[in-house]
Amino acid sequence: MVLARPEVGTRARGTTARGSAARLGLMVLPVAFFAVFFAWPVLSIVGRGLKSGEDWRLGRLGETLSRPEILDVLWFTAWQALASTALTLLIALPGAYVFARFDFPGRTLLRAVVTVPFVLPTVVVGTAFLALVGRGGLLDELWGLRLDTTAWAILLAHVFFNYAVVVRTVGGLWAQLDPRQEEAARVLGASRFEAWRQVTLPALGPAVAAAALMVFLFTFTSFGVVQILGGPAYSTLEAEIYRQTADLLDLPTAAVLTMVQFVAVGAILALHAWTVRRRETALKLVDPARTAHRPHGAGQWALLAAVLGTVALLILLPLGVLVERSFDTSGGYGLGFYRALQGVDDSGGTFLVPPLEAIGNSLQYALVATVIAVVVGGLAAAALTRRAGRLVRGFDALLMLPLGVSAVTVGFGFLITLDEPPLDLRASWILVPLAQALVGVPFVVRTMLPVLRAVDERLREAAAVLGASPLRAWREVDLPLVRRALLIASGFAFAVSLGEFGATVFIARPDRPTLPVAVARLLGRPGELNYGQAMALSTILMVVCAVALLLLERIRTDRTSGEF
Amino acid sequence: MALLTVTDATVRFGERAALDGVDLEVAEHEIVCVLGPSGSGKSTLLRAVAGLQSLDGGRVLLAGADQRGVPVHRRGVGLMFQDHQLFPQRDVAGNVAFGLRMHHVPKAEQAVRVGELLDLVGLPGAGRRSVAALSGGEQQRVALARALAPRPQLLMLDEPLGQLDRTLRERLVVELRQLFGRLGTTVLAVTHDQGEAFALADRVVVMRDGRVAQSGTPLEVWQRPADEFVARFLGFDNVVAASVSGAAAQTPWGAVPVPAGSPQGPGRLLVRPAGVRLGGPGEGLECTVEARTFRGSHVAVTLRPAADAPPLEAECPLRDAPEEGARVGATFRAEEVVVLGG
Repeated sequence: MVLARPEVGTRARGTTARGSAARLGLMVLPVAFFAVFFAWPVLSIVGRGLKSGEDWRLGRLGETLSRPEILDVLWFTAWQALASTALTLLIALPGAYVFARFDFPGRTLLRAVVTVPFVLPTVVVGTAFLALVGRGGLLDELWGLRLDTTAWAILLAHVFFNYAVVVRTVGGLWAQLDPRQEEAARVLGASRFEAWRQVTLPALGPAVAAAALMVFLFTFTSFGVVQILGGPAYSTLEAEIYRQTADLLDLPTAAVLTMVQFVAVGAILALHAWTVRRRETALKLVDPARTAHRPHGAGQWALLAAVLGTVALLILLPLGVLVERSFDTSGGYGLGFYRALQGVDDSGGTFLVPPLEAIGNSLQYALVATVIAVVVGGLAAAALTRRAGRLVRGFDALLMLPLGVSAVTVGFGFLITLDEPPLDLRASWILVPLAQALVGVPFVVRTMLPVLRAVDERLREAAAVLGASPLRAWREVDLPLVRRALLIASGFAFAVSLGEFGATVFIARPDRPTLPVAVARLLGRPGELNYGQAMALSTILMVVCAVALLLLERIRTDRTSGEF
Repeated sequence: MALLTVTDATVRFGERAALDGVDLEVAEHEIVCVLGPSGSGKSTLLRAVAGLQSLDGGRVLLAGADQRGVPVHRRGVGLMFQDHQLFPQRDVAGNVAFGLRMHHVPKAEQAVRVGELLDLVGLPGAGRRSVAALSGGEQQRVALARALAPRPQLLMLDEPLGQLDRTLRERLVVELRQLFGRLGTTVLAVTHDQGEAFALADRVVVMRDGRVAQSGTPLEVWQRPADEFVARFLGFDNVVAASVSGAAAQTPWGAVPVPAGSPQGPGRLLVRPAGVRLGGPGEGLECTVEARTFRGSHVAVTLRPAADAPPLEAECPLRDAPEEGARVGATFRAEEVVVLGG
């Protein structure tokens, strides 16, 4: 996600021996964490899939990859990811421009609102779109239109989910580009469009590329959305890995698919790192507050109206419908579905415990996961602050991997590797937060890193000259800046942990489901009551996430707004 | 006919008028410098002429043609931005050639012209260099070459030397004037630096709060500031209330002789420091020397009159400068006194 920004300030390259030793010390815990809870489970799964006895069966790679149904899955995965990315860019780039350059009432609030989908659990996103375009959904009721049997439902849900990624990454930079660059081109004889194409587009290019790659990565590995909206006809790699592992118990196929996904994700991340580095070339940035203006002229008002309309239709409507459905019981609007969440019997044997308990479970797990993610991610970010060497950069890329590697594989890997001494965690509740923290760490690192790097060395020097000891200087200079980033990072880690589905679905114990797992289980059962309860639980989950995000939005400053 | 005619130009930002009924003419081959403190509306004036800022009232004519509704890229003016605004993604040659590409100049011709211009601004062979690697002075030269490349009928410069250090600025301003003279370029520049304006311009226009306060040759403006604002902006602080009658004025500093033909009656009066002559304690206005500042060719002396009157600044040759705390008498020379209007 993101996108390190051109850094403020200069930093002396004080790579003393003591400095590198300290850096290595900081890296011990994160490296150990990733080795035990990420590399080991994933490698074990791959090993089990490709080994029989002691022998490697690499031939399985070719066999599996030539099966027509697997090729179909690969084709659909790539195709829908490309289409989703293109559609997201098409719809969100005008939004990025409007949020960056226009000043209109409610802009800040609306910018926060469009970010809500991004922190929503994928299961909720799927459910919301089901309520909009699925069987008995709003469009079905109004015009008899159903999209849940087509790929459109998936594509639209992906746009919904990733709109904010483009608005934040591209818009964040756009707001800081000096408008006088375009004016300079205009005075030299370029038309309005030509000036944009020749000057602004090249400046935005790397940001657009980085955002597109992130969207591609998220949609390529899409699981929750596809699980709910895809039906039997459409399956992504991740959904197929889940099916092969959980339903068909075909580990070799799952292992091959995991490796394919691993390679693809690695390639995407490498490309991403490259575009980020390119973006750091000397762009002159200005205060975003200076570049925004009220729209003037019919064209600009029309653009603003179009973007607001898109946001209303694509983002507010699905969320609204979800809430509406959660109250829409057979006996008219009421709290029926919410009340049903308190009982075991009403759920038709889906649960051992009342679904409402999932809220408590989810909150507890997410809190623990947040603590783990912040500690591990914070240490990693501190170690990475001083940019030096290929080793550190490699570590940086490694931290991003959990975002893209099949969460299903991680979850299943947990089950088969962490079940024997010295690490027998299978019966322990800590398993779930550990898996969730794995996904939270990249967010923590990405949020903390730019801020840590941006602390100007000269500020510390100024504090020292004024009589502050190194520790005191850190407390007075670094901490106030870092504290805010820490809060934001915690918030994101919390939201991501809360919504984690792929790994949790494997390892959450039946008597302690999390919210997304409970929603998915409810949706898997027939009947109006289960459907309604899923809507009600999703609404609760959405409110929790939205509240967390809106709180974050208040402490977020423009300094970090380019991150997501 | 004037190349540029601005009539009654008005631009409002909310309540505030950035330009308030400005009239301005620039003749062909003339170099006009708009001088004023920040916020006086001088940059807005350039933006209005370029078409980057729409007018709320008045007209802009280029070579007699009203520019209302003419988009920026069809006005045929050049503008050099305050911080140059070189395109960071392009090298030096790419920047200089940009305007030529926009005007569909053939490739081969572009290359020749870029080479000529880089020679002209003193950066021969710099075409392949990245603009980020240039020093401030070099960036300024590239920005100039880029603005000159499409041969604009009017070249506008916004604080052209603002960010450069003093010695470089003084050298470049001379180079610029020579260059524009040789090319016959018509120039409208804005600056807050009077030294720069006087060195560069054929004619100086002083602006204040969106209005033209005074217009004239550098010598005229320097010798006869139109009002107290202009006088103080030029660095003259010896301004007091005065009542002129005949060949002398009554001021808090006593009677001050004024040049023949000065307007009569109450008003404001400026005594240039060079017009304050110091003598023994008995002569003229009795003062104490409060401070002396070495200014290279002379010493600026701040005098505190014994009577209750504003401090007075005098200019002394190096040898004759009195010590701090010395008691002196001050007399005035009529030719360095100006009775101010407004």
